[in-house]
Amino acid sequence: MNVISRLLLFQARDLLRGRWVIAYALFFLLAGLGLMRLGGGDARAVLSLSNLVLFVVPLVSLVFGTTSIFDAREFNELLLSQPVNRRELFAGLYGGLALGLSLAFVVGAGAPFVLNLSGGVPAPTLIALLGTGVLLTLVFVGVAFLIALASREKARALAAAVGVWLFATVIYDGIVLIVANAFAAFPLERPMIALMLLNPIDLARVLLLMHLDVAALMGYTGAVFQRFFGSAAGVTVLVGALALWIAAPVLLGARAFRRRDF
Amino acid sequence: MIEITGLEKRFGSLEVLRGVDLVVASGQVTALVGPNGSGKTTLIKTLLGLVRPDAGRLTIDGHLLNGDCGYRDRIGYMPQMPRFPENLSGREVMTLLESLRGVGARDRTLLDALSLEAQLDKPLRTVSGGNRQRINAALAFLFAPATLILDEPTAGLDPAASALLKDHIRAARDAGRTIIVTSHVMGELEELADDVAFLLDGRIRFRGTLEELRERTGEARLERAIARLMAEPVRRTGAAPRLSGAPAHESAPRTAGARSRDSKGERRVSA
Repeated sequence: MNVISRLLLFQARDLLRGRWVIAYALFFLLAGLGLMRLGGGDARAVLSLSNLVLFVVPLVSLVFGTTSIFDAREFNELLLSQPVNRRELFAGLYGGLALGLSLAFVVGAGAPFVLNLSGGVPAPTLIALLGTGVLLTLVFVGVAFLIALASREKARALAAAVGVWLFATVIYDGIVLIVANAFAAFPLERPMIALMLLNPIDLARVLLLMHLDVAALMGYTGAVFQRFFGSAAGVTVLVGALALWIAAPVLLGARAFRRRDF
Repeated sequence: MIEITGLEKRFGSLEVLRGVDLVVASGQVTALVGPNGSGKTTLIKTLLGLVRPDAGRLTIDGHLLNGDCGYRDRIGYMPQMPRFPENLSGREVMTLLESLRGVGARDRTLLDALSLEAQLDKPLRTVSGGNRQRINAALAFLFAPATLILDEPTAGLDPAASALLKDHIRAARDAGRTIIVTSHVMGELEELADDVAFLLDGRIRFRGTLEELRERTGEARLERAIARLMAEPVRRTGAAPRLSGAPAHESAPRTAGARSRDSKGERRVSA
């Protein structure tokens, strides 16, 4: 096992034994079970849970990611006084946190569908739901690290993280709607697609839509873009954009981590 | 042996280290002393590679620090009251450090002497502050490093553990290791230190043995001697007088800004 995987497993183990991450898994477990009971069928439960995933996973990843950099600062200094280079430590911290949060999410959100023996949810749908949550975790842990490394104060970093979340989940779609309204007379598909690519939560939403076939219920952005992203070229663009959304914050974060003074 | 030449570091507009020259010999305990904000922590962090210097040259046992991390397997660092991962045990931290260094624990004597065995399997959040500090101390000695950097080593330790740790520091010195200690407790440094390096405003103002410090300041107690050094007027010409036997790593002339603060003589002596 190399240095990165040792650090990664260490970080993930610490996270998975914590109370908060168990609460995170339980939240999705209870939400899933509750939605199945109340929501009238598994398909509707998946849809409601999808909306929950799009809101909660980015928020939790941002908050956990930001606080973990600040809370582990002294311990990270101790680790860096060992023969460990910064690139390895950064990769271990990022990988460990993303792995731990993803595991908690997959277990919590997946269990209700596994436990529920009605078999109402096809496997690809479930995989899309869980996969989207994991991808969002990978994106927003990286964004959180970048935010935490750019600020010296924990409170400011947390405020920035919540601000980013608010922008990406709520404000951005509002702006898109305003733009769509203002330029309603023009052909808008291409600019709208470009706008979607700039927000990882919108990308994740489209990814889910393609598998849920419920575009009409997911708001304007979803309805317009299912057509484009349903094509082979669209899928390529979608996957490429998501990969970029994962890679860019991680690479920028690693660079900041390498250059910073502790 | 640690050799530092012309070390400079600034954070934004704040010049923290302004050309530090210092040799820390092996087989000695060197106390790094200076008021809060004098640059002690920055100096220690540059040795560990945690802070990147703007200028200067550092070597540890002949190894030039150049951003490569390999030299750190020769260093044991005891940070000041670190926050360990809450949900893991001391043993898991130990195992991680062993795996990162690729060697097993070489020196468990401090670990055993501090009676930590029963504490090692508890999640660290349930371990008392004093016991966490004991684990912190034991980790620094665990790999029998050639260089020990101990930041406030006895803070938070009870007298018995503190005495044990000091015994181990002395034993490490006698074994020829290079040891740097910072502390706010002057009495403790008096007990431990062979050499004193006094840092003020980012420069080494005094470097010599305790005896030489006493001679220069006319004060028997370290605390008063340091206070006297801090109150000394700025020497405008040439370097500070070199003391017999002290290495040629004395300070450069100090700035007017430093003098004006010195002359008040109000700053708390600390390390």
